[in-house]
Amino acid sequence: MTVPISWYLILSAVLFVMGVAGFLFKRNIITIFMSIELMLNAVNLSFVAFSYVLRQLSGQVFVFFVMVVAAAEAAVGLAIIIVVFRNRESLNVDDIELMKF
Amino acid sequence: MFNEFFSRQDLLLIKPAVLLALFGCGILLTDLLHERRHKYLNAVTALLGLGFTGVQLALIQRAMSAAGYSEVSGFSGGLVVDGFALYFTWIFLIATAIAILFSVRYLEVENEHHGEYYALMLFSLVGMYFLATAMDLITLFIGLETMALSVYVLAGFLRGDRRSNEAAMKYFLLGAFSSGILAYGFSLLYGLTGSTNLRAVADALVARPSGDPVVYLALITTATGLLFKVAAVPFHQWAPDAYEGAPTSITGFMSTAPKAAAFAFLLRVFLVPLAPLRPAWEGLLVVVCVLTMVVGNLAAISQNNTKRLFAYSSISHVGYMLLGLVAGNETGLKGIAVYLLVYVFMNLGIFTVLVALRRKDIIGDEIEDLSGLFFKNPVSAVFMLIFLLSLAGIPPTAGFLGKYFIFLSLIETRHYVLAVIAVVFVVVALYYYFRLVVMMFMREATDPERLNISPGVAVALAITLAMTLVIGIYPEPFIRLAAGSVLVPFR
Repeated sequence: MTVPISWYLILSAVLFVMGVAGFLFKRNIITIFMSIELMLNAVNLSFVAFSYVLRQLSGQVFVFFVMVVAAAEAAVGLAIIIVVFRNRESLNVDDIELMKF
Repeated sequence: MFNEFFSRQDLLLIKPAVLLALFGCGILLTDLLHERRHKYLNAVTALLGLGFTGVQLALIQRAMSAAGYSEVSGFSGGLVVDGFALYFTWIFLIATAIAILFSVRYLEVENEHHGEYYALMLFSLVGMYFLATAMDLITLFIGLETMALSVYVLAGFLRGDRRSNEAAMKYFLLGAFSSGILAYGFSLLYGLTGSTNLRAVADALVARPSGDPVVYLALITTATGLLFKVAAVPFHQWAPDAYEGAPTSITGFMSTAPKAAAFAFLLRVFLVPLAPLRPAWEGLLVVVCVLTMVVGNLAAISQNNTKRLFAYSSISHVGYMLLGLVAGNETGLKGIAVYLLVYVFMNLGIFTVLVALRRKDIIGDEIEDLSGLFFKNPVSAVFMLIFLLSLAGIPPTAGFLGKYFIFLSLIETRHYVLAVIAVVFVVVALYYYFRLVVMMFMREATDPERLNISPGVAVALAITLAMTLVIGIYPEPFIRLAAGSVLVPFR
């Protein structure tokens, strides 16, 4: 018995919503950043599932590029986070409020 | 051996991006050879790169018009160079060139003159080029990230400055978040249509029966991602913080070239793959437009930081430009093109003056720092006045022309209420722009020191002022250019 595509898509949607929720409610910058990665992985899952059902490769190619982008984002993002931490010794977003929202 | 994969035409189409990338890498290398006081040579190299890219673009344009093509596609339809792509690429190049001109002085004042600054600007231009030319979801996504990642770093370029750190962090987190949402929308579009080519996506969406909830989910996530990128309300919160904290020269750059690129991206996606869903997104877009104009203009009134004020003003301009998409006819799309061109010049003009205000101990971005500018440096105060009039849309200046086409398109498509709202907010905008004018012309100067206008700043001022006036007084050639850039909506 094969797993129907809808299960993959539901899993992907759940992961995506968890990522969004983490982004909105977590207060630690690293956790927020991990939530963004979770969203991108949800995207990857749905691309792979679609590409399997459609019998096409372009979805899987997209996944490679999303991974590349996630890696580049991690490089830039962690560098920015390190600079922020050096200048304030805190990773809580509530402490980072020099400019009013 | 490459001939199996690439035709000569493919290579011709990516030449501008290749040139920019090579010059960017070249700056990273030659930066090591320059002494500290000769770092301005990096800016010269960057301008040279932009010049070569411009020549290449002109050659492509000439070859196209000689052969009578209105568009050339390459990489199996993944890249398309048409009037739209060319027009926007010219805007990116010009905006970046002006930003480089005034950056030299700013970085010298900040004592952060590194070659990476110019290299990153060129790398972000590579991304912008692909945003304007891509016809494929994958290429669009990569182009977007290439641009965005470079600009995140530029926003945090002043490593020791806590506000710059904060700007980079907020810009990065919200930018990455919106890219995630956008990628999810793209994955649903791919799953629904079985293709990543924009035209094939549009074809497949036309064939689908309407009312499918997944189609709406794909539309909403894609649209949210796009509206985040252009900083439309309710997805605008990152813009004021990123604009305020970023180095002033980068704020000027960010509010023009990447904004125009985000608009090219938005127009391409809304007018090609999402065009069959127009009935579904039109109402949504009307709400976003009205909110953007209301929040942008009302929030700008109470700002005391000039950069933050211009962040909100740029949000409100996004509202006006999106109105052209709501109207959606040829006048409206032409209006967006004209508006963006004009906006680039007037906004960069403003930021050139703000950069000139910055000195060692004066940040120059509080409104008070403008006080008595007319008595200190009448020329730059008068220039600033003209740019402000243009941003407000007062007739002899170029800003009027942009607003004129947008309002005309709204009236042509019978969106009378929207037109009235837009006109009312022009008056509100006049109020906060004139707060700056009052500061400059009617207050005593708080500090007597004269402005230090460097050659780069002077050239940038001259270009932006000349274009703001020329486009306002003799608009015909520019209207013709913009008319050639109109993207025909899919079906």
